[in-house]
Amino acid sequence: MYDFGYHRPTSLADAINELQRAEDGQVMAGGQTLIPTLKQRLAQPSDIVDLGQVDELKGISEDGGALVVGAMTTHAEVAASDLVKSKIPALASLAEGIGDPQVRHRGTIGGSIANNDPAADYPAGCVGLGATIHTNQRQIPADDFFVGLFETALEEGEIVTAISFPIPDKAAYAKFPNPASRYAIVGVMVAQAGSTVRVAVTGAGPGVFRDHAIEGSLAGNFSADAVGDSSADEGSLNGDMHASAAYRKHLISVMTKRAVSAANG
Amino acid sequence: MPDGSVGQSVKRREDQRFLTGKGRYVDDLHRQGELAAVFVRSPHAHATVKNVDKTAAMQAPGVVAIFVGSDMEEDSIGSLPCGWTITDRHGEPHKSPPHFPLVRDKVRYVGDQVAVVLAETLAQARDAAEMVEVDYEELPANVSPAKAMGAALLHEEAPDNLCYDWVLGEEEAVNEAFSKAHHITKLDLVNNRLIPNAMEPRAAIAEFDTGTDGYTLWSTSQNPHVLRLILSAFVTGIPETKLRIIAPDVGGGFGSKIFCYAEETVCLWACKRVGRPVRWTADRSESFLADAHGRDHVTHVELAMDENGEFLGLKVDTTANMGAYLSNFASCVPTYLYATLLAGQYKTPVVYCNVKAVFTNTAPVDAYRGAGRPEATYVLERIVEAAARELGVDPAELRRRNFIKPDQFPYQTPVALTYDTGDYEASLDKALEMIDYAGFAGRKAESNARGKLRGIGFSAYIEACGIAPSSVVGSLGAGVGLWESAQVRFNATGTVSILTGSHAHGQGHETTFSQVVADTLGVPIENVEIVHGDTGQIPMAMGTYGSRSLAVGGSAIMRACGKVIDKGKKIAAHLLEASVEDIEFKDGNFTVAGTDKSKSMAEIAFTAYVPHNYPEDLEPGLDETAFYDPLNFTYPAGTHICEVEIDPDTGVTEIVDWVAVDDFGKVINPMIVEGQVHGGIAQGVGQAMLEHGVYDESGQLITGSYMDYCMPRADDLPSFRVGMTETACTHNPLGVKGCGEAGAIAAPPAFINAVTDALGIMHMEMPATPEKVWRLAQQAAAAE
Amino acid sequence: MPKVTITVNGRQESREVEGRTLLVQFLREHLNLTGTHVGCDTSQCGACVVHIDGKSVKSCTMLALQADGSEVTTIEGLASGSQLHPMQEAFREHHGLQCGFCTPGMVMSAVDLLQKNANPSEQEIREWLEGNICRCTGYHNIVGAIQHAARHGSGA
Repeated sequence: MYDFGYHRPTSLADAINELQRAEDGQVMAGGQTLIPTLKQRLAQPSDIVDLGQVDELKGISEDGGALVVGAMTTHAEVAASDLVKSKIPALASLAEGIGDPQVRHRGTIGGSIANNDPAADYPAGCVGLGATIHTNQRQIPADDFFVGLFETALEEGEIVTAISFPIPDKAAYAKFPNPASRYAIVGVMVAQAGSTVRVAVTGAGPGVFRDHAIEGSLAGNFSADAVGDSSADEGSLNGDMHASAAYRKHLISVMTKRAVSAANG
Repeated sequence: MPDGSVGQSVKRREDQRFLTGKGRYVDDLHRQGELAAVFVRSPHAHATVKNVDKTAAMQAPGVVAIFVGSDMEEDSIGSLPCGWTITDRHGEPHKSPPHFPLVRDKVRYVGDQVAVVLAETLAQARDAAEMVEVDYEELPANVSPAKAMGAALLHEEAPDNLCYDWVLGEEEAVNEAFSKAHHITKLDLVNNRLIPNAMEPRAAIAEFDTGTDGYTLWSTSQNPHVLRLILSAFVTGIPETKLRIIAPDVGGGFGSKIFCYAEETVCLWACKRVGRPVRWTADRSESFLADAHGRDHVTHVELAMDENGEFLGLKVDTTANMGAYLSNFASCVPTYLYATLLAGQYKTPVVYCNVKAVFTNTAPVDAYRGAGRPEATYVLERIVEAAARELGVDPAELRRRNFIKPDQFPYQTPVALTYDTGDYEASLDKALEMIDYAGFAGRKAESNARGKLRGIGFSAYIEACGIAPSSVVGSLGAGVGLWESAQVRFNATGTVSILTGSHAHGQGHETTFSQVVADTLGVPIENVEIVHGDTGQIPMAMGTYGSRSLAVGGSAIMRACGKVIDKGKKIAAHLLEASVEDIEFKDGNFTVAGTDKSKSMAEIAFTAYVPHNYPEDLEPGLDETAFYDPLNFTYPAGTHICEVEIDPDTGVTEIVDWVAVDDFGKVINPMIVEGQVHGGIAQGVGQAMLEHGVYDESGQLITGSYMDYCMPRADDLPSFRVGMTETACTHNPLGVKGCGEAGAIAAPPAFINAVTDALGIMHMEMPATPEKVWRLAQQAAAAE
Repeated sequence: MPKVTITVNGRQESREVEGRTLLVQFLREHLNLTGTHVGCDTSQCGACVVHIDGKSVKSCTMLALQADGSEVTTIEGLASGSQLHPMQEAFREHHGLQCGFCTPGMVMSAVDLLQKNANPSEQEIREWLEGNICRCTGYHNIVGAIQHAARHGSGA
C-alpha cells in the first residue's frame, strides 16, 4: 500500500470539504474492496476520506412506499433488519449472501454500488427493484446509475447518501456464486410491482443489465415456466476459466426461474 | 504406571498455545536491528535479463541494500540442488540445470527472483522494490507439459526440455500380456496442477553473530536438518557447526515446506553481507507464484483383462511437468513415488510405466500431500472403474476379483515394492456396509424423481509411506538417507525430554509421541516433553514428509526407550542386589522377577544422575539416542466410497455421503488419525472438484489468488464417515502405518468415479467444475 | 504521524501509525499480539478475524485508524485468565485444529456466530465459515466443535 492522508469526518459536509481539499482524494465507505485494492497498489490516492463516522448516512427507514437505506448501512444491518425482512425480504436475502460474515459487518451498500463491481450483488438489487440513488447533489434512477465496468454516473466529488427501494409486490434474488471468489457468476434480481416486471442480471456481463425479453415473458405470466432463454448477446457476456459466456447465458435463465419460484413462494 | 493412553483419543497437548494465540510461528518472531526483504520477481514467464537498474530504488527512504544474482555469485553461493538423481532409460543421469536463488541471466517463470531489496521497514522495501528497473527481453514461453518437448528451450543443459525419460517394468512382458487380452480398456487423463496453500505462508529470518561466526535461520521448514544439510553441503558452504536452523510452530506444510527455497537462502547469505538480521514473509500472492506446486501429469493408460475381468497387465505412459527448475525432490515424485504404486491393491502380474519429465516456464513442481501416489492411484482407480463400466461388471466386484488376498502377504509386486500386510476385502466390505451399497439403487431413483443425478464412486487405494530403507533409496539415486533419530533424555526428577527429528506442523506429535513414551516407559504423560524443530538441540535428523513421522520417527523413539530400559535394568539390578537378567521392566517399574522388590523409573533416573550407590562399570546419566532405518515402507490401504448428487440445470455437484475405511495398522490416537483422514479427503476433493493451478499461454498464472484458485470451504464439503480395519505393520516396533496422505490419495478417483457414474460417462478431467459437469450432463441427456 | 487509540482486550492502547497501517499490523507489530494471523492478501482466508465492538471483522481489511475509539478483542483476550473460553474448550475437545494457523480467526468467527444464532444447524455453521479457510481439518471437526459449543449453550 502507498501511504496517504487519512481523514475521518463526522458529517457529510465535512466529508465533502475534505474531499475537495485533497489533491487526489478517495472516499472510503466500508473499505472491503478499497483496502484490498490499495494493498495491491492498484490505486494511489493522496487522501482517504473515511465515511465511517458520518452517522447521517446510516440507517434504514420506510418513506412513502419505499425503503430508504443510508449509504453507510452495512450488509449485515440490511440482512438483519426486521423492516427490510418484512417489506422487501429479497433485499435482506441478497445482503445476507454478499461476501462472508466479516465482510458483511464492514461492507456498505453505498460503497458497493459506487464501486460497481460487475460481479457485485447490489447493482442487481438496485436495478431489479427500480431503486433511486440519492447523492449529495441529486437523485439518479438505478437504470441510469450503473454505467459500465466499475463506472457509475457519479461525478467527481459526488457521494452516494442513500438508496430508496420501492416496495414491490414480489421479488427474489438468486445467485450462482463463483466457487473461488464467491462473487456472482450470475445473480438475478426479479421483481414484480403491479404489471411491471424487472429482471436485473449481475455477474454475467461487464455490468448489471436488464433482460428485457425475459421481463416481457414474465409480465404476462409471472411463473418459472414462462422464463425462456436469456436475450443477452453471448458476445457481450463475460467468459473466463470459471464460466464461459454460453454457460453464463444459460445460468441467467436458470437463476431467473429460481428467483421467480422463490418470489412466488 | 503406564497410563494406557496408546489407542486412546488423548486431547492434544499443543492446543493450549494455539487456541490462545500463543503459538510462535516464524513471522511472530523479531530480531534486534532486523531488515525487511522484498523480492523483485519476474513478471514474464521467459526472458533474458539485460540490465537491472537499482539507482532510483537505492535512493528510496530506508533502503539499505539491493542485491542481484551476480552479488551472490561473487560470494560463491551455489545453485539449489536436486537431491535425487534419476537414471534414465539409457543409463544416463537426469538433467539438473542450475537453479540460482537470484537469477543470473534469464528468468524462467513468472515469480522467478531477480533482485532483493533490504530496507528498514517492510513498507519501505515494498516501495523501493517497485522502483527497481529491470530490462527484460522476452522469449517465447512454454507452459504445457504435453507440448514441452520441442517448445521454447529453457535450459541449454536440457535439450528438448527433457529432464529424463525413464521406465519401470518389463515392456516385452506387458506387450505379451496385452496380446492375450480378452479386453483392453484405455484412457487419457490429466492430473491437474495444484498449489499447496498451507495457511501459514513461508517465512525466514536469518541472523549472523560476528562473535561466533555462526548463523541462525528461523524457517518454516518441515525438516530443518535436511535444510541445513542442503544449505551447508551444496549451496552456501557454511559449516553445519556454524548454521543453526530453527523451525518453530509451522502452520501446515503438505510437502511445500520440505524444500530449500531461494528466499531463505538469500536471507541467510544477505544477513552477513549487510551485518543485520534479515526477515522475509511471503504474502499469499507470492506463495501462489513461488511455492513448489504439485501434480501436473498427462497420462495414457491401458489395462488388459482376460474373459473373467482378471487383470493381465497395465501400461502407463506419463509426461510429468517439473516446472522451470528441478526442485529438491521433484525428480523422484513421478518415478519412485509413482510408478511403484501402479500395482495398487491388485495382483496385476505385469506393469510397465514410461515417464518423461519436462521443463516448462511454470513454477517448480515437487512433492505435495501424497506426492506421486495420488497420481498413481488416480490412474489406476480411474482405469479400473472405466473397465468395470465397459465390461458391465459391478465396480466393487471387479476390484474384489483382482485384490491381492490376505494369505498372499508378503506380496512382491511387479513394480519393485513388497507389501508386508493388508486385507483389502475387509476394508471394501466394511465400506460397502457403511455406505449401504445395496440401498444405492433406491437412493438414485429417489434423486432422479427430484430431477437430480446420483452417482457412486469407489477408490481402493494403497500408499507407500515412510520411504525406506536408506540402502535401497540410495541405489535408486537418493542423495540422502531416510532414517530418523530420537533422543530420550531423562532428567533427575523423573521428567523426560524427547528430542525427535520428526517435525510437527499440524500432525499432533507432541501428543502422539508423548502417548507412546508414557506407555513405553511408564511415566505420567505430563512428565513427557517433546522437543522438535531445532538443529541446535536435536541430533541429525530427516524430518517430516511422506507420512513417516510415527512409523520412522516413532520407531526411533521406541528404540531409544529400549536403550533407556536396558540401562535402567543395570541400575536397578545394582540397587536391588540382583542380577540384570532377573530384572523385569513393566508398568514403569523395575522388579526382581518373582519378588516384590522394585524400583520406579523415577528412582532409577534420580540414581543415574546422583550416582552415589551405582554400578562401577556404568556411565552415569539416563540419556539415550537411537537412529532407526526402516526395513521397508509401510503400506496403508483402504476403500473410500463417495456418493454425489448433481443438479443437471447448473452442473453443481454436492457430495451427499463419504465413507472412508482405512487400514493404518495400529492406531495410537484415533482422534488425531481421523483428523488426518478428514483433512486428506478435503484436499483430495479440492483437487477433484475445485482446485486448479492454471497458466495461460503466455505463462501468466491466472489462478494467483483465492479469487480464482478455489480452496475448499466448509460449505463445499460434507461430514465424513470414517471407519478402520487393522493389519499391523510387520516391520516396525509400533505396528503402525502412515496416515497423513491417505485421504488426499484416495479421494480424487472416488469423487470423479462418482460424478462420471452419475453422468453415465467414461471419464472427465479434474476439477469437475459446474460448467464442465453441466456440459457433460447436457451431452448425456442429448445422447439418450 | 496520526495517533490511534484503541481498547484492545480491555486495555487502552495509543500509538502513532501511518495512514496505511492495517489493524492487523497494529495488533501484531505495534502491540506484539501475534495470535492474529495473516494468511492471504485478498481478504478471504479469515486468519486475521478479530472482534470490533463485538462483531467479527477481518483485521487485514481495516485500517488501524478506522478502529480509533473502538473496542477490539483478539484471540489473546478471549480466555479469562487460565480459564479457556467455552469455544476454545470445544475446539480442543473436538480436535478442531491441527496446525493452529487458521485457529484464532476460526474461533473468533465461531464465537460471533453463536452470539447471533445460539443454535445453528450444520448447514448454517458451514455457510457462516465461508470467510475462514482451513487447509488441515477438512472442517469436519471445526463444525463438530461449534455444534458442541452450541449444545452446551456457552460458546458465544
